[in-house]
Amino acid sequence: MSRRWAMVVDTRTCVGCSACVIGCKTENDVPEGHTRDWITTETRGSFPELRMTIRSERCNQCADAPCVRACPTGSSHYGPGGIVLVNSDKCSGCKACIVACPYGARFVDPRTGTVDKCTLCVHRLENGIPTTSCQEVCPTASIVVGDVGDPASEVSRLLATREYETLQPELGTEPRLYYLK
Amino acid sequence: MPETTSTRANPMIDPTMHVWHAEVALYLFLGGLVAGVMVLVAARRLLRPGIPTSRALALVPWSVPVLLTLGMLFLWLDLENRWNALRFYLIFRIATPMSWGAWILLLVYPVSLLFAWGETPEELRARWTRFLGRRLAARLDAWASAGQRPLAVAQLGLGILLGVYTGILLGTFAARPLWNSAALGPLFLVSGLSTGAAFMLLQGLWPREREQLSRLDMGLVGLEIVILGLWFAALASGSAHSQAAARLFFGGAYTAAFWTLVVALGLATPLWAGWLERRHGAIPGRAAAVLVLVGGLALRWIVVDAGQTTAQVLQLGMR
Repeated sequence: MSRRWAMVVDTRTCVGCSACVIGCKTENDVPEGHTRDWITTETRGSFPELRMTIRSERCNQCADAPCVRACPTGSSHYGPGGIVLVNSDKCSGCKACIVACPYGARFVDPRTGTVDKCTLCVHRLENGIPTTSCQEVCPTASIVVGDVGDPASEVSRLLATREYETLQPELGTEPRLYYLK
Repeated sequence: MPETTSTRANPMIDPTMHVWHAEVALYLFLGGLVAGVMVLVAARRLLRPGIPTSRALALVPWSVPVLLTLGMLFLWLDLENRWNALRFYLIFRIATPMSWGAWILLLVYPVSLLFAWGETPEELRARWTRFLGRRLAARLDAWASAGQRPLAVAQLGLGILLGVYTGILLGTFAARPLWNSAALGPLFLVSGLSTGAAFMLLQGLWPREREQLSRLDMGLVGLEIVILGLWFAALASGSAHSQAAARLFFGGAYTAAFWTLVVALGLATPLWAGWLERRHGAIPGRAAAVLVLVGGLALRWIVVDAGQTTAQVLQLGMR
């Protein structure tokens, strides 16, 4: 079976420190004012009975990505292991993919006029480094990346043993970013 | 209701996503108007050939390539990386509406130019031959005499495709509940036909032509109101996200703009003016046509703007 890269984020251990955001910006030279990943906190209930969920969010690496379908030039595409990537040589900056993405994961890089997003650190994963930069810097080890097609991988083990959710599964995008509950 | 915050200006949480601006609205308006003119002039050629027409009506087909170029200029201005505009034409993606649109626009040029030449009065054609050269003019004349009917069929088909496409482009974005409706294609097609007719009414047409076109435009405006109603009915009876999107026009941020510019000025007033003109046997003037054009532009602008503030995330994530 071919490789299928996926990410698992443990919302029980994530403390929302934003190390993943800074780690990504450093690793990927993300332009000022933009981020490829971000922290979302969701608080429910009424004081003093509150429950908070913290999530490190980014591109959901959809198996059926609306951004890829919306791209008129073939710039947005599925790269190795199913990672959704942008080929900036082909991108016209029409922004159809930004409008199409239900996760708000894309933005225009003001330096190039082309669209940018999380690449799941494909340059690391496909060159023998088994971690993304956000995973590397996470102080609570809440982020795990791996091959979801390999039953022996850490991500497969976590998905088999823990309860998880994906964001907006009703849109049929088949996200490969899983949040452990 | 959960309170959700983010470390970035996340459009899902703070509805601030606004990547398509006036350029896209102007392009969709001009694209629709051009589609309308294409369909109307082609239908006239197919249904009523040989009937003498005013010079203005005979020259209207030339507005198609001119206004389309203006629309494409706006589209090009919207691109963030304009050097790669040609990339649209290095690939055809069958499941991508924008790719269809790019190729339809390209096909419109040769068809509309040849059709316009064929519709041009003979004495004008003879005068223009000086600039075009005898050989090219003779070839165009041969086309016009032999192929004007098939050209009209092509022009009609392309016009319908272009008009529907401007709505489908927005309608296929499942992430934007306001747009994600099958009604948007027919709505933009009918609005395009209506603005196309209004644009033609602004030309120096003969009174008989004005009356026929005005009557047609009133029918189209009425049909547009019906489709608008269907669109709202679908949104209001849809998911919570669709209902929230509909509320933008019923008490929400776009209520005043939509009901005054689109409905009152762009649809109701021209209908009323048309009814008055007919009742008093007057020759239709230009004011109603101008209002239809204002309404058509406002419709595109408001729908493009409002749609971007809607997302499928009333309650984000974990439930």
